Amino acid sequence: MMNSMIIGKYVPGDSLIHRLDPRTKLIMMFIYVFIVFLANNGWTYGLLTCFTCALFVLSRIPITFMLKGLKPILWVIVFTFLLHVLLTKEGHVVFQWFGIEVYDKGIQQGAFISLRFLLLIVVTTLLTLTTTPIEVTDGMESLLSPLKKWNIPVHELALMMSISLRFIPTLMEETEKIMKAQMARGVDFSSGPLSERMKAMTALLVPLFISAFKRAEELAVAMEVRGYRGGNYRTKWRELTWKRADTVFMLLLTLLAIALCLLRS
Amino acid sequence: MDIVFRDVEHRYQVNTPFEKRALYDIHVDIRSGSYVAVIGHTGSGKSTFLQHLNGLLQPTKGTVHLGDYTITAGKKEKQLKPLRKKVGIVFQFPEHQLFEETVEKDICFGPMNFGMKEEDAKARVREWLTLVGLSEDVRHKSPFALSGGQMRRVAIAGVLAMEPEVLVLDEPTAGLDPRGRKEMMEMFASLQQQKRMTIVLVTHSMEEAARYADEIIIMHQGTIVRRGTPEQIFRHVDDLLHLGLDVPETILFQRAIEQKFGVQFDAPCLTMEDIVQSLQMLFARVKRT
Repeated sequence: MMNSMIIGKYVPGDSLIHRLDPRTKLIMMFIYVFIVFLANNGWTYGLLTCFTCALFVLSRIPITFMLKGLKPILWVIVFTFLLHVLLTKEGHVVFQWFGIEVYDKGIQQGAFISLRFLLLIVVTTLLTLTTTPIEVTDGMESLLSPLKKWNIPVHELALMMSISLRFIPTLMEETEKIMKAQMARGVDFSSGPLSERMKAMTALLVPLFISAFKRAEELAVAMEVRGYRGGNYRTKWRELTWKRADTVFMLLLTLLAIALCLLRS
Repeated sequence: MDIVFRDVEHRYQVNTPFEKRALYDIHVDIRSGSYVAVIGHTGSGKSTFLQHLNGLLQPTKGTVHLGDYTITAGKKEKQLKPLRKKVGIVFQFPEHQLFEETVEKDICFGPMNFGMKEEDAKARVREWLTLVGLSEDVRHKSPFALSGGQMRRVAIAGVLAMEPEVLVLDEPTAGLDPRGRKEMMEMFASLQQQKRMTIVLVTHSMEEAARYADEIIIMHQGTIVRRGTPEQIFRHVDDLLHLGLDVPETILFQRAIEQKFGVQFDAPCLTMEDIVQSLQMLFARVKRT
């Protein structure tokens, strides 16, 4: 079931997008999420789509991979589209069917909103597909470091984030192991009445939580005995470096934002 | 319950870039009531093999016959529950599967899943506890308040309580102290002898395999490379060393003596008793001449 989910999965590569500084990618994604809402006509949506496609091509992620990953959210997009088509009552009636009237504005609106949704998902997925979780946390930490002035534990938060990302696969493995052990003891996870399935879930969740807590404690002790101290005293093995490509991409995004402002109606 | 594997293959994540063949060309016959040890390195396919024994995994090629059950590649088997009652699996570190509030409830969980009445199960908890060498005072304790070794025993009791015909053990003694190890292995041996249980044991310990098993299966990179009685297997020491496997200490000791004194023992010495006996015979022969 988890094999079709690609959001949050990293695809190793050495493309231009892969090599960008994670900070650039984070800032770009952040700004992109806002400027998507500037688009309100064919031109602006066209421009945005071209920009996004260009990013995608540069990342050299196989298109089939991306399409497969978009499948689970396809119905959300279809639902959004239908909702707009059916509820907008502006413009001319395109056709009527059993008392349902579909207006041309509705179709346009539906198409734009679905496209906006799709673009947002493609861009955010692109970030996680081309950036390792560690890079993302490093980038976040670096971007949020000004907050340290107000005593916000930025380093600790970043550490928490990278530890939880690191342990997702471990927990998945653990889940599978415990499920199998309980299945061997006659538990049926997939069928049966609700009350029995709740019981089955306790047989899975209790051991899972216990092992997670134990692991957390062991990790804390292991870090403690090796003298881990977060924050100012730590140096990094991989330093983030701002390269020319990063500046170029930021400039391109600024140009895109300006163009969107000029072209929107 | 006889177990027969014919040309079994298993691939993980078929039709993805991550596809991996974990098992191939597996032909196995395990007679009802026998004690089989499976030996191999990590990644040799032992765990994958084990999970075919009660339908947790189904072959991607070939057939598995488990008593009256036949699991064929490509056919979805629906009713696996009766099969799982007959084949109990004790996974590695089984104490990780404990979850109930009391030891008693946890042990009764398996049998009740297979339809035993609560009163009947509770009435027999003492018997199962004794079987794994625990006293009755742990009965109403939380399993999480016990020591690691005791937790392991409770978990094993939980599987034995299902009264399986075949008991599959994946490194049941890993992480136990030597005495606990020995007690546990003796218990499994007596289950085989007294209750006519079939036992399939996965182990890294050559001593355990040599001492208890009727037959040894050696797995290497996803397939079976050697099969035979312990005597047959340990006759070819260099073979095992070549596969990167260990040999029981007693065999190494025997080899050292044989080389030092230029003699040849009749059979491989699988246990300490064998060694003593062989040495006695050797001394007797020396005295006579």
